Amino acid sequence: MTEAQTPAIEVHDLVKRFGGAPAIRGVSFDCAPGEVFGFVGPDGAGKTTIMRLLAAVMRPDEGSIAIEGMDAIADPERVRSRVSYMPQRFGLYEDLTVDENIEFFAQLFGISPHDREERATRFLAASGMTPFRKRRAGQLSGGMKQKLGLTCALIHTPKVLLLDEPTAGVDPVSRRDFWRILYGLRREGVAIIVATSYLDEAERCTRLGLLREGRMLYCDTPSTLKALMPGEIIAIISHRARSVREAVVGINGVKGVILMGDSVHVVVDDAARRTQELEAAMRQRSVSFDGIERISPSIEDLFVSLLTGEEQSSATRQ
Amino acid sequence: MSFEARRGEILGFLGPNGAGKSTTIRILCGLLRPSGGRAEIAGIDVARYPEKVRANIGYMSQKFSLYSDLSVGENLRFFGGVYGVRGDRLAKRLAFAVNMAGLKDREDTLVADLSGGWKQRLALGCAVLHEPAILFLDEPTSGVDPASRRRFWDLIYSLAGDGVCVVITTHYMDEAEYCNRIALINAGKLAALGSPSELKRSAIHGEILLIEGDDPGGMLEALEGSPGVHDVAPFGSSLHIVVDDATRDQPAIEALLKQHELGWSRIEPIKPTLEDVFVQLVGGDRARAPGS
Repeated sequence: MTEAQTPAIEVHDLVKRFGGAPAIRGVSFDCAPGEVFGFVGPDGAGKTTIMRLLAAVMRPDEGSIAIEGMDAIADPERVRSRVSYMPQRFGLYEDLTVDENIEFFAQLFGISPHDREERATRFLAASGMTPFRKRRAGQLSGGMKQKLGLTCALIHTPKVLLLDEPTAGVDPVSRRDFWRILYGLRREGVAIIVATSYLDEAERCTRLGLLREGRMLYCDTPSTLKALMPGEIIAIISHRARSVREAVVGINGVKGVILMGDSVHVVVDDAARRTQELEAAMRQRSVSFDGIERISPSIEDLFVSLLTGEEQSSATRQ
Repeated sequence: MSFEARRGEILGFLGPNGAGKSTTIRILCGLLRPSGGRAEIAGIDVARYPEKVRANIGYMSQKFSLYSDLSVGENLRFFGGVYGVRGDRLAKRLAFAVNMAGLKDREDTLVADLSGGWKQRLALGCAVLHEPAILFLDEPTSGVDPASRRRFWDLIYSLAGDGVCVVITTHYMDEAEYCNRIALINAGKLAALGSPSELKRSAIHGEILLIEGDDPGGMLEALEGSPGVHDVAPFGSSLHIVVDDATRDQPAIEALLKQHELGWSRIEPIKPTLEDVFVQLVGGDRARAPGS
């Protein structure tokens, strides 16, 4: 990606109030063509509101939004053809077939039948939907509906694609199909913004913004963010997770213990130094385990740790 | 399909839409009769004594099934009535559920005014009012943020610690990692059954190479369908590639990338993720296992 490119989206000091309370309290970011920017955060953090503001479904109270350098607040009509917004529930016509839905959205945006066919064929093939073109949308599975929604949202070749929780309730195979299409779009220079509450999806973004109460707390690449994780994680594989927890809680340097299915994740200050101490504590209590190793934190580990850290530091601030 | 789950165990049902996860749960709840075979819940035959089964199970769906226009306390008392919990026991269980959900002093709040995470914990409280031995959770954390999800799982672990057997369906691999064992269901059959580590260690054919670079889309195009590459999946700025033998095949992959003038910043064998396992075992034609 070249540095001199105009960002596809540039947002400065965005504020949106509902009634008195601000839902968005001064958010700034940009997104380059070909980038996948993910918004992650707790319920009510403002993810969906930001998507609606970017889609020009509603107007901000303060701040600026530029799409490909154009003022999107002053002239929403002009940018609308460049932006495509896929809300959590995309409005497909259930009694129309897959092909008929695509045709409807193509006509809405004035796409020629030739261009429509070229794009529909490509997206449907990439998502394994080709055999279902004559099926009614109402008869499709949840994952298929999302993939059809994406095809419809992309039929007019937008420069900016906004996806709100795009694969909630979609199985992993369909989710991979869905992301396969998104990665194809990156190569066409489409800027993609995704709001999600799932790690599976956050890991796939090129940059992430962590929102909380309408503010962006952190914004960077997933690997840079992971380096922010305070402490390191030691995974102990054991079928006696609860006994492991009892054995290691309270040891010096142990900051947190998270039970996983067949292992326990122990957050420590220094993995190299603490591994032996943890092993010794378990042996002393005769707690059996099948393995112990340092692992890299997941995005979920990081966000839970950053969010709870914020809570603690604001609670202890004097 | 044959399997069993112990008291205190958390068993995860994973599978594509339409694989049979919900049908299996409906049979286990005594809502559907099996066409063949036998299922027992807490030692009770579900086809012969469906009513008795229902007294032993709790069920929570992704929709949470709460009444939005009733308060927290009213919802709990309603579900207590449905499950036949009365008198002193009801008072005790109400206190337990309110505490568990973290909704103490908020019993008069309307459910409509609660955020997703609170609703979810309240729905769980409603599902365990009658102290069921088995708890079925059908995609219980759809649309709930990561911090609330962790808190929810803390509750699940504490119920399991008290001996409740928990059966949970999910589409998210980060959530599946929390289960003690995972049953991977595809086309009405068990495709695999084991702990998350067991599945990652031994359930798939081949090995995974991770490649990170500036142009993952270009790498995907170059590598997909080339000899020895069984599957390619994009993850952010990196790709997961399924090959027979990571160490042996790595030089050929590097040569192919050079040939396409594609640079990379990292290439190394990694342990498969649960998603890699899922996609290979149930992925259909685009993720064929090597050798098939």
